[in-house]
Amino acid sequence: MADYNMHVLVCGGTGCKASESEQIKNNFKKYLSELGLADEVQVITTGCFGFCEKGPIVKILPDNTFYTQVTPKDVWEIVEEHIVKGRKVKHLLYKDPKNDHLIPDATGMDFYKKQIRIALRNCGFINPENVEEYIARDGYAALGTCLSEKTPEEVIQVVKDSGLRGRGGGGFPTGLKWELTRKAAGDQKYVVCNADEGDPGAFMDRSILEGDPHSVIEAMAICGYCVGADKGLVYIRAEYPLAIQRLKVAINQAKEYGLLGTDILGTGFHFDIELKYGAGAFVCGEETALIHSMEGLRGEPTVKPPFPAESGYLGKPTNVNNVETFANIPVIINKGAAWFSAIGTEKSKGTKVFALAGNINNVGLIEVPMGTTLREVIYDIGGGIKDGKEFKSVQTGGPSGGCLTKDFLDVPIDYDNLLKAGSMMGSGGMIVMDEGDCMVSIAKFYLEFTLEESCGKCTPCRIGNKRLHEILDKITSGKGTREDLDRLRILGNVIKDTSLCGLGQTSPNPVLSTLDNFMDEYLAHVDEHKCPAGQCKKLLHYSIDDEKCTGCTLCFRNCPVGAISGEKRSPHYIDQSLCIKCGVCLEKCKFGAVLIR
Amino acid sequence: MINLIVDNKPVVVKKGTTVLQAASSIGIEIPTLCHMKLEDMDIENKPGGCRVCVVEVMGRKNLAPACVTLATEGMEVKTHSIRVVNARRTVVELILSDHPADCLICAKSGNCELQDMAHHLGIREIHYKGEQSTYREDTSPAIIREINKCIMCRRCEMMCNEVQTVGVLSAVNRGFNAVVAPAFEMNLDHSVCTYCGQCVAVCPTGALTEVDQTGAVIRALSDPSKTVIVQTAPAVRAALGEEFHMEAGTLVTGKMAAALRRLGFNYVFDTDFAADLTIMEEGTELLGRLSAYMKGDKNVKLPILTSCCPAWVKFFEHQFPELKDIPSTARSPQQMFGAIAKTYFAEKLKLKREELVVVSIMPCVAKKYESSREEFSMNGNPDVDYALTTRELARLINLANIDFRTLPDENFDQPLGESSGAGVIFGTTGGVIEAAVRTAYEVFTGKPLPRLDFEELRGMDGLRKATIDFNGTPINIGIAHGLGNARKLLEEIKAGTSEFHAIEIMSCPGGCIGGGGQPYHHGDVEILKKRQRAIYSEDKNKKIRKSHENPYIKKLYEEFLGEPMSEKAHHLLHTKYFDRS
Amino acid sequence: MPKIKLAEKTIELIKEICASFDNKEGELINVLHQVQSKLGYLPAEVQEVIARELNMSVAKVYGVVTFYSFFTMKPQGEFPISICMGTACYVRGAEQVLSEFKRQLKIEVGQTTADGKFSLSSLRCVGACGLAPVVMVGEKVFGRVTSPQVLKIIEEYKEVNVEE
Repeated sequence: MADYNMHVLVCGGTGCKASESEQIKNNFKKYLSELGLADEVQVITTGCFGFCEKGPIVKILPDNTFYTQVTPKDVWEIVEEHIVKGRKVKHLLYKDPKNDHLIPDATGMDFYKKQIRIALRNCGFINPENVEEYIARDGYAALGTCLSEKTPEEVIQVVKDSGLRGRGGGGFPTGLKWELTRKAAGDQKYVVCNADEGDPGAFMDRSILEGDPHSVIEAMAICGYCVGADKGLVYIRAEYPLAIQRLKVAINQAKEYGLLGTDILGTGFHFDIELKYGAGAFVCGEETALIHSMEGLRGEPTVKPPFPAESGYLGKPTNVNNVETFANIPVIINKGAAWFSAIGTEKSKGTKVFALAGNINNVGLIEVPMGTTLREVIYDIGGGIKDGKEFKSVQTGGPSGGCLTKDFLDVPIDYDNLLKAGSMMGSGGMIVMDEGDCMVSIAKFYLEFTLEESCGKCTPCRIGNKRLHEILDKITSGKGTREDLDRLRILGNVIKDTSLCGLGQTSPNPVLSTLDNFMDEYLAHVDEHKCPAGQCKKLLHYSIDDEKCTGCTLCFRNCPVGAISGEKRSPHYIDQSLCIKCGVCLEKCKFGAVLIR
Repeated sequence: MINLIVDNKPVVVKKGTTVLQAASSIGIEIPTLCHMKLEDMDIENKPGGCRVCVVEVMGRKNLAPACVTLATEGMEVKTHSIRVVNARRTVVELILSDHPADCLICAKSGNCELQDMAHHLGIREIHYKGEQSTYREDTSPAIIREINKCIMCRRCEMMCNEVQTVGVLSAVNRGFNAVVAPAFEMNLDHSVCTYCGQCVAVCPTGALTEVDQTGAVIRALSDPSKTVIVQTAPAVRAALGEEFHMEAGTLVTGKMAAALRRLGFNYVFDTDFAADLTIMEEGTELLGRLSAYMKGDKNVKLPILTSCCPAWVKFFEHQFPELKDIPSTARSPQQMFGAIAKTYFAEKLKLKREELVVVSIMPCVAKKYESSREEFSMNGNPDVDYALTTRELARLINLANIDFRTLPDENFDQPLGESSGAGVIFGTTGGVIEAAVRTAYEVFTGKPLPRLDFEELRGMDGLRKATIDFNGTPINIGIAHGLGNARKLLEEIKAGTSEFHAIEIMSCPGGCIGGGGQPYHHGDVEILKKRQRAIYSEDKNKKIRKSHENPYIKKLYEEFLGEPMSEKAHHLLHTKYFDRS
Repeated sequence: MPKIKLAEKTIELIKEICASFDNKEGELINVLHQVQSKLGYLPAEVQEVIARELNMSVAKVYGVVTFYSFFTMKPQGEFPISICMGTACYVRGAEQVLSEFKRQLKIEVGQTTADGKFSLSSLRCVGACGLAPVVMVGEKVFGRVTSPQVLKIIEEYKEVNVEE
């Protein structure tokens, strides 16, 4: 960034892009060149800054000013005031919700204070489409070190010593996986990057690929060197066009710079990367299913062993790691295993990226050291629950995970603790729920997801989850019985015990964990036919307040099923047997006469 | 060797042995549903999908499917613990919860592996009720697909794709809607299905069954204006007894003839007679092509391919239409019989063809389709009216309350009931070509055969080859059973690298003894081997073992056809093939 | 089934795409992606051509097409509307937004309006959880959508006429 004396970093993450960050960038360029400043101020589109709640985000260097919720209309003001006159635009600065103080610098924000960014180290700092910026931040140094100074065994030892575990959910030790693939016999081996992020409410991998694609490319090359593969494949969701485009640009640039292709850095090591596209199947996050999908088949998992390390893509030894896992590798090589393993807990080293979302003030992408408590994440970083409501539950691990109550808020986050608590790390989705969320409905929501995403190969997942869902549907319709609750548990445990792959083996978790932690809510649905959160539509009861009703007939005219009757200018009445609880009457009534309970 | 403990008993097995096999080796049977293995035939289905065979492996978090889990050193397995039995029952309950409960009227009742499993596990209640899959029923000329009954075992898919390489069936959709179906869930009769029926042969439930023509046959039998005659294919006699709890491989030729007579057929004939006739025509055609070839005719088509198997005929019409001039033009024995019955025999009885009903008993479902092909009828009246499977015949016999096991042995009627041993061996892989060799050799060399048994042509390997010395002229013979194996030989022919003069092809693994219409083998390959042995023993015990020595065949040519490949023979006994690609 | 003849041009296009992947069976999913991006959907006849070009059974092609939710055999509306049903959007009321779309357009998920203007689908997480609930119309993202806004979004597109 040498020639410029000022830099404007515009967030190009998906959330900010959706809020016209492209237009913001164009406006900057336009105004700056109008003022003849185009050679002095550089405008860069970066990857996700993480603080999506306050997007679109614009950062000005060197003074590190962090502008939030910028619109294209605000750009002129930033250029005129900040860039030309050196005065900060106050109304675009972040206001600390605790005391209304304006915080101009990200480092001063609670959202960032407790974060340590390793996998996300470059996201929001560099232009992801410029390899030189990556190189300027030690990019490809690790690859150079490995190729010229270390044997593959030595590199694997570093990764093993670092204690890095798979970030895709399983938590398998990465170094060990590499070693297994290295030791497997085979004339051809493959390195696969699993970028088929499919958890509903998770966008860690996407942000890394959009914000720092080279870190993944570099790591894949290092992995190829270690396991003896000259071919890498990235299996990426087709629904991620921006990540795909940036990855393509990055691969081409790496090739131009001799960092990919034949004879990398003159060491005689060859490595190429090809993209393979997913097509909307969550189960393809499972290694064997992913491999079948890459082979052009239905993404059905197969029984392990054989593991991909022995027999994977096209029957050859294949090492599959997830995006975030790879993103950690170059730093580990550069800074050493000891540095990395000093972060985190005893059995879970380093950091973990979470997509923090739900009914929380600061939605965004965060990276915290293992061992951070859920409370710190939700309250310190996340800024607590939205609209001052009461915290009810946090869900980790996506459809495979569980819902934890406030009793678990002080659990330090790591693989083993979350598992013990009845949830799991998963790939990093973290959804916060408040008092308005019905936990039975949440369980049903996740199961609906599994139901749609089950491949259908094995009985328990194909039919068992369908039955679980039907029972939950019965309960949320007020027709459930206590026996149904027993059935949920018995069936849920059998599905866990007998399913073929990880999808089925974990699919009952949202049900089982809510049964464990929110039994009272289930009982309210079953015994009293009530939804305490008021979310289950079929358990709602609409009625008309005689006192308030003016007999305007608006509700009568709008009711889609003719459940409302009454004379003009006299109180109306809702026939409960006909009411479908659509809520139109409530919406239409101008006098607040429709009651809901 | 690997040491493990199954249900507290030590077991020693070879590396690569599954837990299922290890348990079985000490007499512990773990129930399975989707798994199927035809030992020595390279046919195995093990998607590990049904989860019925799950067992508890100590130290493992979840239950393991025994059919695909390999035994490892020191492994400790519980095959019937409470946890296992509970899981197994729940899994079967789940399958039943998405399965129509119409066992009482299901074609597969009594032969259904799911029904047996429910019984075996003592399931009396299905705790999980809910939505059931609904798919349209599909009826083709030969196979009925009642896909509501599909349990996604994938056996049919494996047969159709891996063994037969026909590729009509595939798993489609996903999740609860996943099912095995043709592309676009189209009807089978719009697809490239060969009707080989191997999907029917392996389906554990009533999802795939043959088209039932027993009702139509009963109606014909009770119609006094009709003369109903029946022909029985060679492979039927080696398997029919199984339907009456007789040991596999028991020959029931005489009892079968007796049963058919008691069912009311006016004449009980034998397809073996027509098989001898086939040899006369096909053998002559082979010799014609061979002689021309030896005389240096460059246009002659070699190798000649057998054409008895209707599924195989449909296979090459779809997949290798460019080779349609290569197979023999001889019709199959079933159709030769029909053509002769409705001309020669009808004339003898002074009946119009419409007054004669020809029923065939076949080990095959494709024969139903074959008999419905337009070229095998005259003025809308088919040469063969109905083609029943071995299983359907057994149903008829049961229906008539005939005590099959105590029936006396009776003979076939004449003139269409006499056959040579060569006709009999049509029922097994290698048999047609061996029969052809017996006749072709003598005609070609003008000398009597020095031996009658050609062991080199027999066996169960999917692809076999042998060179037979025709008195100084080496004749290369290829044999394939299973359409995937046939495909390999066809690719060679297409590439011009085929070394053979003649090739026998049968669609079903094992040939007709393993046909899609035979009693269900439920994955037991020994049954096929026993049927094969039975066929060869019937051949051995025949007085006449060469087709051209069958006196009634000679008579047929003298009285009616003239000579092989005559114009009349051509008209009645040969056919042409169509490009169906 | 009635065979609709594809235009010669379309067949050529499919053949070219297959050839660009060396007609390899293993590239089926990449081929399907490209063909769908050009044609908008993958009707039966298209799958038949692909099967022939890649020398595989059409049943297998169909098996793959029906496995992945990204592939569709139905033409999409002029303006495909997708409602994100990721968890973040769900807990912020995506379900109500979806049912409002269904009510206003009088179609179910996976259907297209009679005039061919709109089709409705749900998708899982577009990664814009900060804007939850999120609705996409074509490529355009609408954030923090509430039920009353649904009609406005629809109206906005009703007047647009896409020219060929």
